[in-house]
Amino acid sequence: MAINIYTRRSAANILAMLLGGIATVIGLVFLAWILWVTLKNGFSALNLNLFTKITAYGSDGGLANAIVGSVGMDLLALLICAPIGVMAGTYLAEYATRSKLGATIRFLNDILLSAPSIVLGLFVYVIIVVPMSNMTNGAVSFSGLAGSIALALIGLPVIVRTTDEMLQLVPGTLREAALSLGIPQWKLTVQVLIRAATSGILTGVLLALARLAGETAPLLFTAFGNNFMTYSPLAKTASLPVAIYQYTNDPSPAMHAIAWAGALLITLFVLTLSLLTRLFFARKKVSYE
Amino acid sequence: MTASSTKPATRDTDRRSRRDARHDALFRRVLLFCALLVLAALLGAALSTLWGGREVLLKDGFNFLTRSDWNPVTDTYGALAPIFGTLVTAIIAIVLAVPVSFGIALFLTEIAPSWMRGPVATAIELLAAIPSIIYGMWGLFVFVPFMSTVEPYLSSTLGKLPVVGALFQGPPLGLGILTAGIVLAVMILPFIASVMREVFRTVPARLKESAYALGSTTWEVVWDIVLPYTRSAVIGGIFLGLGRALGETMAVTFVLGNSYNITSSLLMPGTSIASSIANEFNEAVGLHRSALIALGFLLFVVTFVVLLIARLMLRRLERREGS
Amino acid sequence: MNDLAAPAQAQPVTATGVRTKIEVRNLDFYYNRFHALKSISMDIPERKVTAIIGPSGCGKSTLLRVFNRIYAMYPKLRAEGSVALDGENVLDPGYSMNRLRTKVGMVFQKPVPFPMTIYENVAYGIRHHERLKRRQMDERVEEALHQAALWDEVKDKLKQSALGLSGGQQQRLCIARGIALRPEVLLLDEPTSALDPIATSRIEQLVEELKKTYTIVIVTHNMQQAARVSDYTAFMYMGELIEFGNAEKIFTKPDKKQTEDYITGRFG
Repeated sequence: MAINIYTRRSAANILAMLLGGIATVIGLVFLAWILWVTLKNGFSALNLNLFTKITAYGSDGGLANAIVGSVGMDLLALLICAPIGVMAGTYLAEYATRSKLGATIRFLNDILLSAPSIVLGLFVYVIIVVPMSNMTNGAVSFSGLAGSIALALIGLPVIVRTTDEMLQLVPGTLREAALSLGIPQWKLTVQVLIRAATSGILTGVLLALARLAGETAPLLFTAFGNNFMTYSPLAKTASLPVAIYQYTNDPSPAMHAIAWAGALLITLFVLTLSLLTRLFFARKKVSYE
Repeated sequence: MTASSTKPATRDTDRRSRRDARHDALFRRVLLFCALLVLAALLGAALSTLWGGREVLLKDGFNFLTRSDWNPVTDTYGALAPIFGTLVTAIIAIVLAVPVSFGIALFLTEIAPSWMRGPVATAIELLAAIPSIIYGMWGLFVFVPFMSTVEPYLSSTLGKLPVVGALFQGPPLGLGILTAGIVLAVMILPFIASVMREVFRTVPARLKESAYALGSTTWEVVWDIVLPYTRSAVIGGIFLGLGRALGETMAVTFVLGNSYNITSSLLMPGTSIASSIANEFNEAVGLHRSALIALGFLLFVVTFVVLLIARLMLRRLERREGS
Repeated sequence: MNDLAAPAQAQPVTATGVRTKIEVRNLDFYYNRFHALKSISMDIPERKVTAIIGPSGCGKSTLLRVFNRIYAMYPKLRAEGSVALDGENVLDPGYSMNRLRTKVGMVFQKPVPFPMTIYENVAYGIRHHERLKRRQMDERVEEALHQAALWDEVKDKLKQSALGLSGGQQQRLCIARGIALRPEVLLLDEPTSALDPIATSRIEQLVEELKKTYTIVIVTHNMQQAARVSDYTAFMYMGELIEFGNAEKIFTKPDKKQTEDYITGRFG
């Protein structure tokens, strides 16, 4: 009888271990499958036109305006969310480690981190796009600026969280040491603490970039899209994700090929960025779910 | 030092002290303002979508939620079909992703040799870094054709079963609720797996060791010690994944089929809140647009509640760790 | 003015001709509701080394942190009573932070150099209080590093990061940073607890040297160290000042039984 129990238990154990292994293989297979399809279709569609021609030429064109629009909006989004996020994170770490308000903001920031991006797009549509259109009698409606603000909302919670976590890792004695020299709090924060946490904060900014660069949904009704090259932040602006979205919806295989090439560019950019931040930052733990 | 030489110096340092205090107060206020912007973003998202959807909400009230007809031609909008599609795809995603994530977490914390854990964990987390539009393209061009070859088998096997059989009957389109659910499952898998892995690692070694000392197998330790110890955080992780699945747009828009159906079959095309908004918003005007924004409000409220539960559950474990 | 002022509880410890630098009277300190310091009164003599000893949690570090009001950076801490520096109560809100900081320097348990160059570490504090020409600043930095017995080791790498120094060097850099402001009092909070024996003895020699210029208060859990470096020693237990007097007397013939028990290692 005793042998029976042991065999059954160890059989259950082996089965569980086996299923765990299979689950991992399933996850890895999907990763490999998606990456393989993207790389294969993307590389076979790569050509110089992508970078030199604009989307107005359709299947004979490229993605030049979408690339420029994406780069511009991503940078503008970072310019908006990085300073605000760093300052908000600094508030949480330096002034609100124990306060109720701090706990609430930290908690809601985590929720913003996983909020549906399409709703953030609607938010910006209602508070920026519609009022701008009303004020200018429709001359300015959808704009790169609105797109950047929507993307900034995606990046903001990532930066707030990493800044908060990184500053909390800075030892408290560093604060005491500076205060004992009579350095005021603001100087101490800007010149000593943030400097001590620079690499961590920078990682947060890169993580935010990796997240917002791949976003499509919030751009649909903020930046809209544009078949021509624009450099004005007040014009409708093309972006890689939205161009991919439109080309995927198109029935023509030639358009699909361009979409794959764009997908390759975005995927390579985002994955390289995530891997780099991971290496850059192998030790300290950051979660960005 | 004589009194006459210290006095001016003292007055000078005092003046600087006051100035420093003023700057500190200003600095603090600027930082606080930025922190409050986070609250403003959440509150603003809720209020602005409520405001944008006011036309349809004032006109139809609660009927908006319960009616199933969505027809821009007659200008009538009932949200039941997108609500149905959103919930069903998210549930499928959770049902599929939870066991797989648990398996991955088990593998990464208990089974894999230590040299393998880091690279495999990174690979799984890369799944979370892939932009959702890529999932959408892969879903449409690769996974939908694949599913259309699998679905006839599902219909002829599972479809024959009593009760659940109805779920798997229908044309093998490839597109549809089941396909969308599977794509979502792959998307949320890394999130749930990474939460599970992290919380499994918080279980004190002495707890596990004492169970091993009694002769427990690895599986028994995980099932009897690790899981009960981390239960609330594991549920939190699952809700986090659920929140993601409910709000995901681009991955499902291509593969759902965008049709306002409420059917018993998972193989039929459907729609979801997020994909309805993405598909129709730029062509919608008037009441139609208002109905889409109201859908956005609904989505925001539901995901907010789900994520709230998730964070509360996750926080419980953090608290215990802290104490 | 009050050379011989006898504290209410403690024995008069100061010999004739030694001036009192810090006069503590009926000092109480609270963490939330916890009564951490109970009616402390003591006179800390000028240009001497005063050591505060006692078991962990006895309040010795807390007492040190009241002297320069550094506790004020944390919420819910409260001090009552008076700590008079040269006759002026530093706990008075009217006593400005900057004035206090330039008069009282502090060195902490673990060396905490700022993430800057060695030169900047020393110059950083000065820059906040005084506007100096480049030449003058160089001189001040050099002077501080000399006083901290670090100059010879770092003079060729002033532009390098301070984080590259050894633990003992970092701690002496922190002392240099503190004395660069030309304070009158130097508070040392277990300054050698993170250092090896060789680095520790260098710091102790340095303390011996520095007391010619500064009034030094050192908190230490190491009784031998207190016996080696201090002129006066205070023994604290459970937030109370049990005994305060001449170091030699405390370590050889203490008045109180508790002090004797602690010194001889029977508890703590």
